[in-house]
Amino acid sequence: MTANLGHSSILLAFIIALAGIVSPIIAARSGDQRYLSIARYAILAQFILVTLAATALIYGLVTTDFSIKYVAFNTTRATPVYYRVTGLWGALEGSLLLWEWILIIFSGVVAWLYRDRHKDTLPWVIMIFCIVSAFFLGVVGFLSNPFEIISPVPLDGRGLNPLLEDANMMTHPPLLYTGFVGLTVPYAFAMAALIVGKLDEAWIVSTRRWTIIAWFFLTAGNLVGAWWSYHVLGWGGYWAWDPVENAAFMPWLPATAFLHSIQVQERRRMLKVWNLSLIIVAFSLTIFGTFLTRSGILSSIHAFSSGPVGGFFLGFLAVILLASFGLVAYRADLLKEQPELDSMVSRESAFLLNNIVLVSALFTIFLGTIFPLLSEAVAGVQVSVGAPYFNSVTVPLFLFLVFLMGVGPMIAWRRASWDNLKRNFFWPATASLTLGLVLFIWKVRDFLPLLGFTLLAFVVLSIFYDTGLALRARKRIAGEGILRGLVTLARRNQRRYGGFVVHLGIVLIMMGIAGSMTYSLEREATMAVKQELQLGNYRVQFEGLKGSQQPTHFRVEGAFRVFHNGNDQGILNPALKFFPTQQSPVGRAVHQSSLDEDIYLILSGFSEVDRNHATLKVLVRPLVIWMWIGGFVIALGTLICISPIGKPATLEE
Amino acid sequence: MPWRRLTITLAIIAPILALLAYGFTRDAHYIVSPLIAKPATPFMITLFDGRKITLDDLRGKAVFVNFWASWCLPCREEARDLEVAWQKVKDNNMVFLGVALQDTDKNSLEFLKEFNVSYPNGKDESGKIAVDYGTWGIPESFFIDPQGRITYKHVGGIRAALVIAKLEEAAKGIVSAQEGKGDYSAIR
Repeated sequence: MTANLGHSSILLAFIIALAGIVSPIIAARSGDQRYLSIARYAILAQFILVTLAATALIYGLVTTDFSIKYVAFNTTRATPVYYRVTGLWGALEGSLLLWEWILIIFSGVVAWLYRDRHKDTLPWVIMIFCIVSAFFLGVVGFLSNPFEIISPVPLDGRGLNPLLEDANMMTHPPLLYTGFVGLTVPYAFAMAALIVGKLDEAWIVSTRRWTIIAWFFLTAGNLVGAWWSYHVLGWGGYWAWDPVENAAFMPWLPATAFLHSIQVQERRRMLKVWNLSLIIVAFSLTIFGTFLTRSGILSSIHAFSSGPVGGFFLGFLAVILLASFGLVAYRADLLKEQPELDSMVSRESAFLLNNIVLVSALFTIFLGTIFPLLSEAVAGVQVSVGAPYFNSVTVPLFLFLVFLMGVGPMIAWRRASWDNLKRNFFWPATASLTLGLVLFIWKVRDFLPLLGFTLLAFVVLSIFYDTGLALRARKRIAGEGILRGLVTLARRNQRRYGGFVVHLGIVLIMMGIAGSMTYSLEREATMAVKQELQLGNYRVQFEGLKGSQQPTHFRVEGAFRVFHNGNDQGILNPALKFFPTQQSPVGRAVHQSSLDEDIYLILSGFSEVDRNHATLKVLVRPLVIWMWIGGFVIALGTLICISPIGKPATLEE
Repeated sequence: MPWRRLTITLAIIAPILALLAYGFTRDAHYIVSPLIAKPATPFMITLFDGRKITLDDLRGKAVFVNFWASWCLPCREEARDLEVAWQKVKDNNMVFLGVALQDTDKNSLEFLKEFNVSYPNGKDESGKIAVDYGTWGIPESFFIDPQGRITYKHVGGIRAALVIAKLEEAAKGIVSAQEGKGDYSAIR
């Protein structure tokens, strides 16, 4: 019953999506405006039907209706209710339904918000939404149906992978999907602008906020994924450059580039084709990511279920790329650029460089990700490239990006004068170089981290310096204090100051990455009870092992007392869980965070004979916590950018 | 001139799409084993009846080693074939050895009973044997000649006739250039 309701809703929504694709075309051909409202109702109807289907699946999961195969495979009677709900994105079929649901919610909001604006482009925007929606509905309805029935009905389900039963896994996929889907909005507006031939800045201006929101969710989704990996998987890392991780990260790069380059188009009417290309690439990469994850064409440490959907995603990807770039080529005459760069020392060129760096990073990561495929196609041998490749190519690029982050927002448009450079950069540059020198004398002797920390300081200082100057002006003009002045500045120029805050967040994340990449300590030792192990400022004492039979597995837990600079920090209990049907035990690492470093304990083995010996791996990872703090700072910055607190900006910026 | 742009666009996109499509023609998990024609790694295994066997004990015989688990569907599908093959060759200086992994003893024993398996079977307690043999999808079978060299590897379900043919080759020390492949379950 539930299954029937869900599946028929999907099929009906699919037909309606097709109507939503056709009606704007008929309207354009016949001039009959009534067909346009059909498109809008099509979105509304899909929204209702897909919500119904998603609710049906959630209902099935919560009531453990094991006649639905998806429910039987992703929950058990023992699963707590909240993990039953998150079972919605526990596997392929449900994930696709969730994706479609978020997409149709976004489409509905867009159709409603812009109901009285963009009269000429909106029907085409809706058509693009309907195309994407029809694709997902087709896949969910015909290929990878979450409402498939099994008979006989099993007594109990198989349940989620135990690693996925974690609070972060409840948030990571929806965040990422929201980011992916969010990119559909600027993409749809871009395509509509191309179809209609209205290629001014309107599509960019109306989707700016959407792009920022999508970008934020992409960032958050990736960060929560990294946090989960660090927190749950127990290998002490947060990023492995695995194909699936790259698939989630790659759209972030053109999206970030796009956020910056559209400012150039708004200001200078330049980079039209470039911006269109960036958004096409960013949107295509969201589809490519799902293709990569679900087609099984690359082997990944992420064991995702793959089904017959891979080919369809590839087909859809081909359609998107060919149709979108085909449209760009078709409209080439309307996309003629007017102005040229006035000077290499200007904000335009800083943003352009930022774009080149981001796109280069995208290219190298893309190449590295599909390299096993490429090498096998060309040379017949599967060769994978690992973290060393990705790190060595992306680290210099990202360092350069940090430098641009310090320069870009402060340098003048068109042509920066010597005075402008001196005024904006003399003090930040001098101060950060001094700091670099201090760091060098203190203990940072390696070139890359030294450069990294100096550049990060440069970004922070240039932001503070610029804001300081503006605050001083506020004090002079209106007598405002620091707090009051900051509020006025943020309200007058939300995007600029919101952007600053986001940049500060990025600096914190980069700081965490730089610290943990270069100054991590690691030691593994077999210890007897009461024996100690020293690592950095930490001393770890082994206090004993304890074994216990849990409902699903046998758990062996070690007790280790941790001392930091001689101070007792309490006991940490890393554990090993032995599931009967898994070859190797699942580790439960534990860590203790502080602002300067984390200590991370992994129990890697123990003596089965006398239980008095355990092998412990200890990691000290500096500054990791700043990555997560940086995430919150980015959220705050995004909020400043998009919240309706703004007052019209004056001409001072 | 849109055609020129269109051609350039196509020239960039088409190879990428073609490469991705090529991805469907192969199995990303599948890596050619470097163990073929090399001496098989020695191991000791405790059989379900309590006896212990080492690979060295079997020197001088052609050996068929089969990795399996009770939860693996292709293993169920080949189980009867393996027993048929065993009944045919067991007196010809040939040995079968089943290695269960990632399984509970109870389920393994039920599986052996269900399919009336009569050749020796044991459990890869720590998973070390599977690691040494680079096992990634089960069932997975190895053929070892009387000198202790691996002559043939088959990933996935295998039929009785092939088992017998490859064992006869192993007995003569003939190494197969190609590995075999059937349906398999990836191991966790």
